Amino acid sequence: MKKMMQRDSTWAGIFLLPNLICFLLFVLIPIVSAFVLSFMQWDMLSTPKFIGFDNYIRLFTQDEIFIQVLVNTLIFTACSVPMVIIASLLIAMALNQQILGKKFYRVLIFLPVISSNVVVSVMWKWLLVPDYGFVNYFLSWFGIAGPNWLTDANWSMFSIIFVFVWKNIGYYMLIFLAGLQGIPNSYYEAVEMDGGNAWHKFRNITIPLLSPTTFFVTVMVVIGSFQVFDIVMLMTEGGPGRSTSVMVHYLYQQAFRYFDMGYATAISYILFIIVLILTFLQFRFNKSENWSS
Amino acid sequence: MSKKKQREILWHLPLHLILIPVSLCIVLPFILMCATSFKEAGEIFTYPPQIFGKVFTFENYDWLFNKVTFLQYFMNSLKIAVIVTIGQLFTSSLAGYVFAKLKFKGRDKLFFLYLATLMVPAHVTLIPNFIIFKMLGLVDTHTALILPGLATAFGTFLMRQFFITMPDELSEAAKIDGCSQFGIFSRIFLPLSKPALATLGIFVFNGSWTDYLNPLVFIISPEKVTLTVGVASLQGTYATNWGVLMAGLTISVLPVLILFFAAQDFFVKGIVMTGMKA
Repeated sequence: MKKMMQRDSTWAGIFLLPNLICFLLFVLIPIVSAFVLSFMQWDMLSTPKFIGFDNYIRLFTQDEIFIQVLVNTLIFTACSVPMVIIASLLIAMALNQQILGKKFYRVLIFLPVISSNVVVSVMWKWLLVPDYGFVNYFLSWFGIAGPNWLTDANWSMFSIIFVFVWKNIGYYMLIFLAGLQGIPNSYYEAVEMDGGNAWHKFRNITIPLLSPTTFFVTVMVVIGSFQVFDIVMLMTEGGPGRSTSVMVHYLYQQAFRYFDMGYATAISYILFIIVLILTFLQFRFNKSENWSS
Repeated sequence: MSKKKQREILWHLPLHLILIPVSLCIVLPFILMCATSFKEAGEIFTYPPQIFGKVFTFENYDWLFNKVTFLQYFMNSLKIAVIVTIGQLFTSSLAGYVFAKLKFKGRDKLFFLYLATLMVPAHVTLIPNFIIFKMLGLVDTHTALILPGLATAFGTFLMRQFFITMPDELSEAAKIDGCSQFGIFSRIFLPLSKPALATLGIFVFNGSWTDYLNPLVFIISPEKVTLTVGVASLQGTYATNWGVLMAGLTISVLPVLILFFAAQDFFVKGIVMTGMKA
């Protein structure tokens, strides 16, 4: 038996090697070096200088732009999360019925998920053109004069949020659908027997039994929202002004425009800490759920 | 038709009244994109805008392939996506098998380390990777896009979860027959893991094909750019040529669309699997 285990570890070593090398070189070592780098000042030309917590202090006390970027990111998250959840849950509930064309609807709503952010962003940028775009033309049917969606600072954030929600509904709809299919039909039948209506079913069965899925989706959308970049970069480049600049966009500018590498990695670590806290909450929630059931 | 069935259909009517506008809001932009790519340049700026142009023309596509190095972008994306997909299937299936079926000291600790990195945002590793590639002189090469994609914690995790559901008895008989570990893996487990490989393969291919940030950061030369960055760059240089842009978008959406229709179930399964991992 011992000999077999030894033979196993030799094979394990050989099998693991290619994966492990890549993992070490491009994941693990970079994570550690990013942490170290976040305590340094480095422009990739001079020698790196250790500056302690200065990058983090600068971010929160001296950099007004970062505070604005942080607020933008929070607004983006606070708006997009409920919109994604409500829309994808409603669609999932409708598609969980035995209705005609169920598969067809599902395929259509999934289309934006498989499309790249480039396709989605450029397409919407064109649809949102103020003078001859389809969106403002459509609104004109109802006598509404549509704004300059992407170049008016009052509307730019809203437009970005809309495109993000539009792109992501299909993905979370599928996860909700899987969660809904895990609820036994007999529960609903029991409510029916007691004379309950659709609202009772939703309130007393769907919501409580779906809550682990809902919580998971919430955490995933929050994490995704904090990391939004492509759509912003492609549609507004953070503008007009700084109205749509979010954390990753600012990180990108600091790293690859100004080559302030230490500062940029400090931003990436703040992002990491936020994600870490959210993931931890998710674990805790799941545990307490399992405990109670 | 039974009473219950009739009532059900009636009750489904409001559902359709919600689902039809929602799907229209999702599909119409794609239809408009595709239709506009076949319009003449002059017709794109007319007001009110028309869904279909009066003339059906390929001039936008012609422009893309003859005036821009669009085919080059396409081939670059394809090359990178194919290499990354094959590489990751190779490394992930081997490592996933190890973590699921082979016993050695420290295995679970190592696997936990893999798992822990799953929650690290990609932007954390982006900057150090850029610095490493800069030092190695690999910035502005496709190698910089391929190497980090060859093995990921996500792929390893996915394959491990699949192999762990397979019974150990499968390998026992082979072991008694004197089959080596490699033989057991390649002749017994690998052929059985085709569905998992297909799911992972689709995910990796789609991820690489639609990636925007990495090529934006790592590639400088226009001829080495991938499709996503290439198409996006058309809007800077030819700000008003929406017809050409829509043609570029239509072509770039085609491969994943074909992949999706060919392997819809694997897409869905993959999402549900990753969605339920927690």
